[in-house]
Amino acid sequence: MKSVTVVGASLAGLSTVRALRAEGYDGSITVVGEERHQPYDRPPLSKGFLNGDLDTDVLALGSPDEYADPAVRWLLGERAVRLDPAARTLTLAGGRELRTDAVVIATGAAPRTIPGAEGLAGVHTLRTLDDAVALRAELLGGLPRVVVIGAGFIGAEVASTAHALGLDVTVVEAAEVPLERVLGRAMGLVCSSLHADHGVRLLCGTGVAAFTGSSGTGNGGTGERRVTGVRLSDGRVLPADVVVVGVGVRPATEWLAGSGLAVDDGVVCDAGCATGVPGVVAVGDVARCPDPFTGLHTRIEHWTNATEQPRTAARTLLSGTSAAAPVRPPYFWSDQYRARIQLAGYAGPGAEPEIVEGDPDSRSFVAVYRRHGHDVAVLAVNQAKLFSRLRRTLTPVPAAAAATTR
Amino acid sequence: MITVCRIEDLPPGESLRVTEGVPAPVALFNADGTVYAVDDTCTHQDASLADGWLEGCFIECPLHAAAFDLRTGQPTCPPAKEPVRTHRVTVEDGFVVLHVTVGEPV
Repeated sequence: MKSVTVVGASLAGLSTVRALRAEGYDGSITVVGEERHQPYDRPPLSKGFLNGDLDTDVLALGSPDEYADPAVRWLLGERAVRLDPAARTLTLAGGRELRTDAVVIATGAAPRTIPGAEGLAGVHTLRTLDDAVALRAELLGGLPRVVVIGAGFIGAEVASTAHALGLDVTVVEAAEVPLERVLGRAMGLVCSSLHADHGVRLLCGTGVAAFTGSSGTGNGGTGERRVTGVRLSDGRVLPADVVVVGVGVRPATEWLAGSGLAVDDGVVCDAGCATGVPGVVAVGDVARCPDPFTGLHTRIEHWTNATEQPRTAARTLLSGTSAAAPVRPPYFWSDQYRARIQLAGYAGPGAEPEIVEGDPDSRSFVAVYRRHGHDVAVLAVNQAKLFSRLRRTLTPVPAAAAATTR
Repeated sequence: MITVCRIEDLPPGESLRVTEGVPAPVALFNADGTVYAVDDTCTHQDASLADGWLEGCFIECPLHAAAFDLRTGQPTCPPAKEPVRTHRVTVEDGFVVLHVTVGEPV
């Protein structure tokens, strides 16, 4: 293998370059990135970057010596539009073709949107640095009424940041209980109560019917239509100067149509990140791999997964046989309203939380989720030290299930 | 020079954070009998290393798993790129004494 092309230049893409080098690959690497920016860290985009505390340079993931590697070519601002595995060619949006021995798919995901938002100024999604720059300008510009659609972690962090900037924030969530899918009902209620603690309105169990907008004749006659409010499915209208839509993401796989790769809510892979096509692997948010800890065949949209999974993919690619994935509990964190939420493991259906330290009412506690008598997840709010210890004691879900059927 | 605690109050594997009398919080660790001190705040993003996972003389940040060598302060893996400042520690008459390094980070 003399050439590897990594499609995607975010955390998973950069981590793949590092992993290939760490695993001994010394051939050429081409990284194709749709954004014009060098790899940057996304988590601060909803927090310290959004409130104006951090500058762009602090977000840089790579170091100058990494970019000095003459055998790594960075094609930034270039979008891949087609993959032909048989011919080993990748086509870019401008028509340029790249020949390559192997391909790593790391194209990530794109925010879901809500119909009616197209062409309406003031309605934002938040995924990229450019998204964050645009949203930041409006929030720091003092537009006072902010409606956040979706009370997941991104929505909650944006709401927290906007609230700290002194803005009037309302959060709208379609589900009855925010975060229930990832934390369960009880802990979803606890974590989403942070909004009320800080005087941020949270409206649950209601969807969005439509946006209301200006006629397009205002704004000094620029013709720009701008959002003025959000009409909920129950008929209420929330006046809004800025709307942020945080209703999840869809994997960026459109460009793989016709490639022959199995695509079904992501690129379908085995546990070693191998696709059905030799020489093609996938990593990060776009990759749907069976996870040996959770026992689920789902995409994992976490920062830590994007840093660790490339090691497995690199081994698979370089050895030609699917490498074993390490059995590690998935991990993510969220900083909101000056609280640090951390979760490791699997807290989904069938796993019951028990408070083992602190008190949810004090917003400082640790909950351990048990399944068949085994600890399968740990959730901490403002309890990093105990969390650091307990996350290392968790039992993988398949092992927990097997122990009870024996 | 700050007298932190009795050595029995910082047994092997344990850590503590000093916030008073220091320009920035300092974390102390007892790594298998040797006490080390470094700046408490991870150089990557805001997290307390005293809350991290101690393995040998390496401390792993509780937030993003960046690891630092307590002997040198150097990061041993991403995402941290910058070292943490180290501070000298002595044990005198059964007490842990912190000698804070002044000046710029290494």
